[in-house]
Amino acid sequence: MFPVHCQLYFCRLSHEATSELLKNPETRLISCSISATLKAKYPPVPLTDRPQNRHARRWVSIALLSQPAAGSARSRRGPAAWTRAGRGVRAPPDWPQRGARGRCRGGRRREAARRMGTRAGFFEVEILDWKTKEQLCFLDKVEPNATIREIRLMFHKLYPRWYPARQSIKLDPKGKSLRDEEILQHLPVGTTATLYFKDLGPQIGWTTVFLIEYTGPLFIYFLFYFRMPFVYGLDERFTSSPHPVVNLACICHSFHYIKRLIETVFVHRFSHGTMPLRNIVKNCLYYWGFAAWLAYYINHPLYTPPSYGKKQINFAVIMFLLCEAGNFSIHVALSDLQKNVGLFTLLCFIQMTVWAKDKHCTYLREFKDYPSLRMPIIPFLL
Amino acid sequence: MRQFNDSEHNIQNEESVILFLVVWTVTEITRYSFYTFNLLNHLPYFIKWARYNFFIILYPAGVAGELLTIYAALPYVKKTGMFSLRLPNKYNVSFDYYYFLIIVMFSYVPLFPQLYFHMLRQRRRVLHGEVIVEKDD
Repeated sequence: MFPVHCQLYFCRLSHEATSELLKNPETRLISCSISATLKAKYPPVPLTDRPQNRHARRWVSIALLSQPAAGSARSRRGPAAWTRAGRGVRAPPDWPQRGARGRCRGGRRREAARRMGTRAGFFEVEILDWKTKEQLCFLDKVEPNATIREIRLMFHKLYPRWYPARQSIKLDPKGKSLRDEEILQHLPVGTTATLYFKDLGPQIGWTTVFLIEYTGPLFIYFLFYFRMPFVYGLDERFTSSPHPVVNLACICHSFHYIKRLIETVFVHRFSHGTMPLRNIVKNCLYYWGFAAWLAYYINHPLYTPPSYGKKQINFAVIMFLLCEAGNFSIHVALSDLQKNVGLFTLLCFIQMTVWAKDKHCTYLREFKDYPSLRMPIIPFLL
Repeated sequence: MRQFNDSEHNIQNEESVILFLVVWTVTEITRYSFYTFNLLNHLPYFIKWARYNFFIILYPAGVAGELLTIYAALPYVKKTGMFSLRLPNKYNVSFDYYYFLIIVMFSYVPLFPQLYFHMLRQRRRVLHGEVIVEKDD
């Protein structure tokens, strides 16, 4: 009948995955290792052929489930046509090769180890793929006080393309990723721990992302402020605006992004070191796009200063300063830099949480010049 | 210089308009018949067949009709400045319908293939019972 590992594989297909595959009327169940409810719903058909290729195990299992109905065109072509992957079945092209890695074991070896008994005190860790439950790695003789970081490093040695930052190791296939600091013996596992792995894709560090995201708007604004020739046409190149409020807007915008850059370097502490690489394109488009959009209109030769005059400007500047101070105080409070309370207290008054979108609205309301550099309420270093 | 206020140059007389009108009409009739019969739990096979096979020709034809129509309308939009808002104004905003249409035309390039290949995958699954295993990211 079936080789041992094929039957074990059928056991590892979850109930949902199996019933999903069986819903298709053309597929037939062959193996008996499923739940009684599924067996009653889809009565099994005996297998008449044996899978040839051990290493195409995943492909074979799906093709076996797709055995065609008797007498149909596919079955007349013969079993060779479907013992390999059938039409439409695709395995991921870079699926790690089983057997090529030193420590990957099938179920048989695990049975043997269990029969002999494991070494007292040591843990065994098996790591399964979160979706297919295929065993990717089996580590024996793991120290009980090993951390998840060490397990990630061991896994990385077996699969060099999955560096630790892109491994998500979890106790439950649909659960949260375990942190690096977690200790193996404190987890709710027996002496043989079953962990699930998910590839998070190429990663990039948070600090790197923030620096790129925030430097862009700083310099993009200047392209518009100094009226580079390609922005407003050759006739307006390198001219400057007659409205002082435009200069004030440039100062505020630059101050905001310099503050953000300083916070990124000195204040923020990120819980996850990395984020997926594709996020950086999306985030940069957002920040750089918004900066270009508002810079274009503020520095345009046909710009119209605010209609409500000085009162509107003063109000907007006060709101801006309050929001910046509140935003900064929140970041400091969340980052545990309280040891420098004396220095930051000058700048931290009011607790507010404001996002950059509010800044955009403030800019659109615009500023007009006001004569002296009086700072109304807050002694502020500007 | 072409005149845009005589009836011969109305965009609705372009052939591309007839193209997408006919194509989308047939598509919609097929598609809504499919939904209706599905809800009534009495779906004739030929409706399912039509819904999952007609699109192969009709969707590209419809998209071609739409794009040709937009392209034909562009000079007219540019000349009359319709639906556009210019500077200077109190709110310092502007909108140029002409460039908006050009961006819409370019957006068909990433979006239509996604729709088309999704329909092809649905077709393989529904009509041929194939199991398609997706690579997880």
